[in-house]
Amino acid sequence: MANKTISVTVNGGSKTSEVEPRRLLVHWIREALGLTGTHVGCDTSSCGACTVLLDGTPVKSCTMFAVQADGRRVTTVEGLQQDGKLHPIQEGFKEEHGLQCGFCTPGMMLMGAALLEENPDPSEDDVRWAISGNLCRCTGYQNIVKSVQWAAKRAASEQPGAHA
Amino acid sequence: MTGAAKYTEDVSVEGALHAVFVRSFMAHARIGDIDFGSAVGMPGVVGVFGAGDLDLGPENSDEVPDVFARPMLANETVRFVGEPIAVVVADTLAEAMDAAALVLVDYDPLPVVVDPEEALARGAPLLFPEHGSNVAVERNFTSRAPREREPEVVVTGRFLNQRLSAVPMETNGALAVPDPDTGGLKMWIPCQAPHWMSREISKALGLEEKQVHVVAPAVGGGFGAKIATYPEQIVVAAIAHRLGRPVRYLEARSESMVAMTQGRGQVQHVRLGATKEGMITDLEVTNIADQGAYPGEGSSLSTLTRQMASGVYRIPYIHYRTFCVATNTTPTFAYRGAGRPEAAALIERAMDMLAQELLMDPVELRRKNFIPKEAFPYKTASRARYDIGDYEATLDKALEMAGYEKLRKQQQERRAAGDVKQLGIGLSCYVELTGFGTDSSTVEVHEDGSVSATTGTSPHGQGHETAWAQLVSARLNIPHERVQIVHSDTRLTAKGDGTMGSRSLQIGGSAVHGASVGVLEKAKLLASHLFEVSVEDIVQHDDGRFGIAGVPDSVVGWGELASAASDPARLPEGMDPGLSAKDKFGYDDNTMSYPFGAHIAVAEVDTETGQVKLLRHIAVDDCGRILNPMLVEGQVHGGVAQGVAQALFEEVVYDEDGNPLNANLASYDMPTAAELINFETAHTETPSPLNPLGAKGIGESGTIGSTPAVQNAVIDAVNHLGVRHIDMPLKPERVWRAIRRTAG
Repeated sequence: MANKTISVTVNGGSKTSEVEPRRLLVHWIREALGLTGTHVGCDTSSCGACTVLLDGTPVKSCTMFAVQADGRRVTTVEGLQQDGKLHPIQEGFKEEHGLQCGFCTPGMMLMGAALLEENPDPSEDDVRWAISGNLCRCTGYQNIVKSVQWAAKRAASEQPGAHA
Repeated sequence: MTGAAKYTEDVSVEGALHAVFVRSFMAHARIGDIDFGSAVGMPGVVGVFGAGDLDLGPENSDEVPDVFARPMLANETVRFVGEPIAVVVADTLAEAMDAAALVLVDYDPLPVVVDPEEALARGAPLLFPEHGSNVAVERNFTSRAPREREPEVVVTGRFLNQRLSAVPMETNGALAVPDPDTGGLKMWIPCQAPHWMSREISKALGLEEKQVHVVAPAVGGGFGAKIATYPEQIVVAAIAHRLGRPVRYLEARSESMVAMTQGRGQVQHVRLGATKEGMITDLEVTNIADQGAYPGEGSSLSTLTRQMASGVYRIPYIHYRTFCVATNTTPTFAYRGAGRPEAAALIERAMDMLAQELLMDPVELRRKNFIPKEAFPYKTASRARYDIGDYEATLDKALEMAGYEKLRKQQQERRAAGDVKQLGIGLSCYVELTGFGTDSSTVEVHEDGSVSATTGTSPHGQGHETAWAQLVSARLNIPHERVQIVHSDTRLTAKGDGTMGSRSLQIGGSAVHGASVGVLEKAKLLASHLFEVSVEDIVQHDDGRFGIAGVPDSVVGWGELASAASDPARLPEGMDPGLSAKDKFGYDDNTMSYPFGAHIAVAEVDTETGQVKLLRHIAVDDCGRILNPMLVEGQVHGGVAQGVAQALFEEVVYDEDGNPLNANLASYDMPTAAELINFETAHTETPSPLNPLGAKGIGESGTIGSTPAVQNAVIDAVNHLGVRHIDMPLKPERVWRAIRRTAG
């Protein structure tokens, strides 16, 4: 099959490139764009290390072709930070020791960020359920849950009109 | 956290070739012809190599006879599914994969043995016929003291400590780049001990150790499975060296699940004797340790199981037999705990059986047999020398946190009511051993007032950068932001044994501590020389600068001292230039530390479906003096999660032909956040007398302590129905069958 030209908004900037139709989104992100914060941890769509946001919704980028992202908006871990300021979810992982080896962390943070968009005050169970498509071998998940909840509180306190 | 960390696969090198291995899909076969024909001509293919093409010798181990040596690529015989036979090197990964699929291997199948007990049997298929049996090593151990008295009560059991996959989230791989300056290689390898990699790879390639410069960049978890130097890594190094071009490989997860060393894999036949009052008289064990296809270094782990078999108890007499057995499966080696979880599971399960037999509360039975805290240092009948312990204190704390009496009452109520969902309370009092090897450190203060410290440990999530900086900062009174920890690079660090076996703080950290103290002493001497006063008059102020006691105006800072130290004219007689000091710290076997603790699990078992729900897990661990509580917590959480995973979920399964049945993350049942709970943790602090930090290991304690507690909890929930034992993992079907067997 012939290569196809795709245009994707990645972390706010437009990226256009020619890709093989069989190329996975994760490989395009890592190799063509050099954004290596998106990891590959398995070959069965089980681990979630490759999670990115597609139009704000978390997807496993190992389970999509790059061509399927054409015309859409992709956020990777590199896009969480805004104007040099950490996203609350990143601060949460730092404050609550939410990472050890760091390999699952980008995926976990993007899942967490997406959850907070939908549910600004998630319970422990809400968080556990939301990240249950992502595997971590180091933390036992406990501090990841706390990190997401820390971020929820931080985000709430930053809302206009909220009491800091 | 920002995506900036570079793992091996993220290190970009222009023109790197990709290696893909052709792996056996038979568990045991003689290899006939290997046809490279059509692979060689495929687009982008640079080379295809088999066993005879690379001039690499097999890997021997002192632990087993040489006949078990593993070839780097299989020649003549394959012995497990996943064993590499050949390797294709091409310009792109896709080209290498496409060509690898065209390498044709003729297999002549041989009989397969998967079960280690069957491998022991007369007439079993032999993996190494020239050895005459599948037993690579047999050990017979009897404690020095004779049996004091005959038991009045005996419990026996056959316990399976099942085979597990380590599953670090990053798989294995390597990147090898020829280094024209040394005629050797620079390599990036996701590993736990870069100096060991350098040693093994240089040996295999016939190079000097310093010609193989190894960097462990960001490493996505190890858990023991990144200790070994793998044949694949040596092969990739050899090809890069031969072609003079960079070569990389990265395992897909389904490859990694068969290629990476697996853990545990013991069958334990246990007989525990006691008096009617519950005083233990003796322990007899026959342990069959499954080493997989190539028994080697992993054969040493069952010795640790024997050494720790006495647990936290006074056991006067121990007889222990071990068989290290070859099977047609992936080789086994260290997995978090490495030999000690198997010991804790063995003795703690047997203790619960004994309590059940004696109709005694498991707490009471344990208390009766604890080694009392006055008895340390204590030498067990299984010949471990415990440094220090207070087992009762951790148990008391765990019982209090759990609300033990109340839980027992709730259990009684549910039993009396005949509830479908029964409650179980499981105890585990464990002791383990940590801190082998040696490590060195050089601490140097620079002219800008910052300080760097090298370490031979190789952190991959444990937080040594933070903890070691804390150590240096506290000793030198230099803010920790100004401390740089240099690690995981064989060219920049002195030799060390890496990060494994919960050794890092007590060995590596003690070396960093010692070198920091050395720098502080040197700084004081230098200051006294500059001020022309005696060293006793030198004081360090709160801001870190040095001055003369009672003379507030004369001060000199770290940076200034470092400048002075580099100027021979300003140095006192006999002082070496540079504001630096070195230290080396190491233990021998008799001086390892023995962390301990008590875990309590509370589980609910649905007696109709066998479904288990872990309700609570309480972990009280004693790792000596704690340097950084947050890092310790992190280690405990992760360790407990892996221990719970062994008890309830995980198991590597092969069919009778040696085909792995769950070698991917879709079917391996590694728990997600939804299957786990928040663990309740606490600590007692009994400093080890064996190192200046009073530290003991914590990296594996969670794994060691939790598994038997959870297993005991599940069995405790149904033992009133007549169930004595259920093997791990305690999946619903297995629990349900155990209940049905006794009820039926």
